[in-house]
Amino acid sequence: MIFLELFLTFFKIGAFTIGGGYAMLPLIQQEVLNHGWIELESLINFIAVAESTPGPVAINMATYVGAVVAGDAYGGAWGILGAAVATLGTVLPSFIIILVVAKFYQKFQQSFAVKGCMTGLKPCVVGLIGAAVLSIGASVMMPGGFSAALFTNAELYITLAIFALCAVLAFKKTHPILIICLSAVIGIAAGYLLP
Amino acid sequence: MKNKGHLLWQLFAAFFRIGAFTFGGGYAMIPLIQREVVENKKWATDEEVLEIIAIAESTPGPIAINTATFIGTRTAGFLGAACATFGVVLPSFLIILPISYVLAEFQNLQVVQYAFNGIRAGVLALLLKSLWTMYKKCPKGLVSYLLMAAAFLITAFIEIPVLVVLVGCALVGLLSSYLAKRRESI
Repeated sequence: MIFLELFLTFFKIGAFTIGGGYAMLPLIQQEVLNHGWIELESLINFIAVAESTPGPVAINMATYVGAVVAGDAYGGAWGILGAAVATLGTVLPSFIIILVVAKFYQKFQQSFAVKGCMTGLKPCVVGLIGAAVLSIGASVMMPGGFSAALFTNAELYITLAIFALCAVLAFKKTHPILIICLSAVIGIAAGYLLP
Repeated sequence: MKNKGHLLWQLFAAFFRIGAFTFGGGYAMIPLIQREVVENKKWATDEEVLEIIAIAESTPGPIAINTATFIGTRTAGFLGAACATFGVVLPSFLIILPISYVLAEFQNLQVVQYAFNGIRAGVLALLLKSLWTMYKKCPKGLVSYLLMAAAFLITAFIEIPVLVVLVGCALVGLLSSYLAKRRESI
């Protein structure tokens, strides 16, 4: 039952994502790849879409994965239900936890257990995202896997150049959408101009 | 009764706008939340919003969802939480759903493939920036660096579920805080 599986998987992702931004990426990556739902390359493509459309990245990801997985399994219209259950799954843990916490939030914030867990979780998330950057980096730079032919291929050097340029812009606080547009234009130009 | 209905609608509408006009989510939402919730509707003060965001950071789930649920429940109870949360999610859902169909069709076009070849390198750069931002906000110290390294190495090179790593790190954090506290009290 793909809908139940989508719901439970994204419930788990919602329940164990701590912190904003890309904190949920390592978990989404592992779950989605282990289920064989979407290939890593499509997932990276979609990060760009999630970044350039409004709304929280985690919700955008859940809606997308739900729509694609259920759509592939049962046909297009079922994608709507797939998107709905995946999104509901992501939202529900936050919703339940905050409803409880809102009642006694001052106590929660000063709680020794919460503070203690957070001192372990914050560095953990940094390490997890580091690992995600490594695996996504490998897939971006060496889409066909590692081989000696890689270094004679112009594509690798173009990708490296785009990455370096975008990294400089990102650290100069250029807007992410601008960075994505620029990298798309260079990608298109390189694709048509190079033999 | 009519007032309650009106309040619920306002919560939904305010968080719908927040969901529809923030790109990237998370911290990008804070200025808009402040404008809608503090300046326009006076549902909370500036200090309260900062406090809510601190709580959203230390509870699971996307920060936007946590904030919407929190302000919704404080303003109008359970139904308020439901309306605010539904409002913040709905724009994403309505926008991404059609895109997911279109993307599947367009991904086969040559020009789109070339564009995504470039975009993937751009995304990698954005992820690196996000890694740096998270690192800067992280507490520094020996335990912290060890956990960072352990989480990185275990996830990158051994097939272990991310959940196990998260729970393990939380326990180590709890234990080290407990030991630090005991050392202080002796």
